[in-house]
Amino acid sequence: MRRVAEPRENQSALWAGPRRDVLDLDDFTKAEIEEVMANADGMKEVLGRGVRKTPALRGKTVVTVFFEASTRTRVSFEQAGKILGADVINVTASASSVTKGESLLNTVRTLQAMQIDALVMRHPHSGAPYFVARHLDTPVINAGDGTHAHPTQALLDIYTIERLRGKLAGKRVAIIGDILYSRVARSDMIGFRKMGAEVVVCGPPTLLPPGFVPGSSIPEGTPYEGVRVVGRVEEAVDGADVVMVLRIQRERQDAGHLPSLREYSREYGINSATLGLARPDALLMHPGPMNEGVEISSDVAHGSQSVIEEQVANGVAVRMALLYMLCARARNGGS
Amino acid sequence: MADRKNGLLAITGGRVIDPSQGIDRLADVLIKNGKIEQVTDKPGSLAVAGEAGYRLVDARGKVVAPGFIDLHTHLREPGLEYKETIATGTAAAARGGYTTVCAMPNTEPPQDTASVVEFVVRRARETAVVRVLPIGAITVGRHGKQLTEMAELAGAGAIGFSDDGDPVADANLMRQALSYASPLGLPIINHCQDPALTNGAQMHEGAVSAHLGLTGWPSQAEATMVARDIALCELTGGRLHIAHISTRQAVDLVRDARERGLNVTAEVTPHHLTLTDAWVYGKRGSTPDGGALTLGAYDTNTKVNPPLRSQEDVDAVVDALAEGIIDFIATDHAPHAETDKVCTYVEAANGISNIETAFASAISLVHSGKLSIAQLVDRMSTAPGRFLGRAAADQTVRAKAPAIPGLGTLANGAPADVVVFDPDEEWVVEPSRFVSKGKNSPLAGVTMKGRVATTIFGGAVVYDAAADHAGASA
Repeated sequence: MRRVAEPRENQSALWAGPRRDVLDLDDFTKAEIEEVMANADGMKEVLGRGVRKTPALRGKTVVTVFFEASTRTRVSFEQAGKILGADVINVTASASSVTKGESLLNTVRTLQAMQIDALVMRHPHSGAPYFVARHLDTPVINAGDGTHAHPTQALLDIYTIERLRGKLAGKRVAIIGDILYSRVARSDMIGFRKMGAEVVVCGPPTLLPPGFVPGSSIPEGTPYEGVRVVGRVEEAVDGADVVMVLRIQRERQDAGHLPSLREYSREYGINSATLGLARPDALLMHPGPMNEGVEISSDVAHGSQSVIEEQVANGVAVRMALLYMLCARARNGGS
Repeated sequence: MADRKNGLLAITGGRVIDPSQGIDRLADVLIKNGKIEQVTDKPGSLAVAGEAGYRLVDARGKVVAPGFIDLHTHLREPGLEYKETIATGTAAAARGGYTTVCAMPNTEPPQDTASVVEFVVRRARETAVVRVLPIGAITVGRHGKQLTEMAELAGAGAIGFSDDGDPVADANLMRQALSYASPLGLPIINHCQDPALTNGAQMHEGAVSAHLGLTGWPSQAEATMVARDIALCELTGGRLHIAHISTRQAVDLVRDARERGLNVTAEVTPHHLTLTDAWVYGKRGSTPDGGALTLGAYDTNTKVNPPLRSQEDVDAVVDALAEGIIDFIATDHAPHAETDKVCTYVEAANGISNIETAFASAISLVHSGKLSIAQLVDRMSTAPGRFLGRAAADQTVRAKAPAIPGLGTLANGAPADVVVFDPDEEWVVEPSRFVSKGKNSPLAGVTMKGRVATTIFGGAVVYDAAADHAGASA
């Protein structure tokens, strides 16, 4: 068996800038995003091998701490760390001392004291990773904070689109659904705009953030600058290169945002008819988990335009790239 | 504590501003036995006064005014002494130039019975540095279900009623409260926030909340309850006071009610006059470059209820304060322990420890030309003093409450509560140096212009900046 080389050692394996944490895409440059994607290419090559293991992060410890339920994101990070040879420790809120009333800060400080190399965290409160990163020296990767950001999802979405369809610049991406409560939508909007895409969002007015008025564009000087908001899903999807469908949660119906999931599905659901308005080669994406028959019909979810499983596979590669880039930098003295 | 038996004090050579008497001139203020003896026609009695046995306070180059009065102070005692006590809160008040503070009832237990109100009065007598006037709860336990025994609370010393951070959500109960309290002549002070519109809210609803993914508190959720309360005020003839008004929409409603002659007053905090929701970015009010957040984002010291609003709202409350539609500035001083703020934004307690920075924030409106310095003194001393004296001045009121002496004035015979301040001295806010237990200030590191030099309560010096600053450099 041939020796598996450290991925991308000959390329720019280190961040161009003084990056310690990945909290959102708002502080990434386009070049930095491209650097992550270049590293993810190398990781994808590792993933395609018979023996999916490299020693790149051997001796490193990655802790994932999830204060909110998650399967795919947590497993994706765990797999990414393990393939790179790191020891991965998973902490869930119910299993940690959080339920005993220990503060978030004490919990993560305790973890840091165990000499960990990266902390991957998900928390139901927007901004929680900023608070943690402010108080720790350890690199923090945001695996989703409240309704604020999900940067690794946005990176894997960008990666998936660019590797399948080329540069995002000039392409039209439609994001459909619950924008108000979606951290994926927020990070995607920032990331897609940074890459030069035209971004159109659409959802029921009750599920749009303040200032997102159908028929208008988000003004300059805000992070979502240039994003176009439209009222009808047909208009949003029309001519799109990518259709990103967001998960709609039953709680939105209970909280009065929606009369029923049935009506949501009829007005905003993506099915073969609405998807047919997009470009013929348009990609259909969903961050998961899907409610088939609600925001997305089963036939298109598993149809020829769907790249939902590629998103999952690419997620591992992108997270490997991020872990490698952050931990490698830390290994080199953090300077 | 300073010696209050010191009979004779002369504050000499300052610019004396007392809107209650239309005074704005260089003069000396003479104090005898805890009362104002006289504001002289002109300065120069320094030598004479010194010879006559007066202790001298040199106010040359400074402004001398009636001590500030705060209608909205959280002193946290009883029950929450880890956040503040009557001793530390009133020491902080003195450092901020305040000589009277009104203690809000969200203590544990709340100030909903005469015994708790009497406890606050007694603890104040034992430990306070300045005057403490308690505010009673509107409802038992502040639960919004059953009225407190307001007449008895007034007899124990309550100067008004409020359920504090909990709005009276039930419109009928609010009607009964306004009606029942009217013969006492005391205000019903409501925190106007429609709970159904602010479920889970963390900050002002707008572009910043959209960016940060924090649940918003729309301005209109204040306006809907202000509108309701004004209607109920009209219905009952009661005395309504809107706590910490923060939005343009609510200001418009109060302006309209005032034009119709309704018995409605309003207060505004220093932070709603000077800070916007952009402060939540943790960059002292500026928006992040290119929209990129920094580690300082989600600054929990900016979390306050009502939340920091938009620039449009700030402009509206500043204008309304200048017009007199908003009657006075109240701090909503809300000290918290570190553990209440070193957490996520969602977990963080609401409130800003600001009684030591309130004056400097407020006088920034003078420096920016929005208020005259006499208006500033009026809004911090004269108007709240008049507000407290209204019950005593109202002949129709049944005398239940202890009469509040004329406050917010330097009239002969008034309590000798005086603040001396330098309107132009610059200083940097260092929360670690607050005498309040609450170090929770978003202004840390900000340079302020305008500083309290001396605070005199009942004729005794209770705060002296020279000694304070000497202690700092030691």
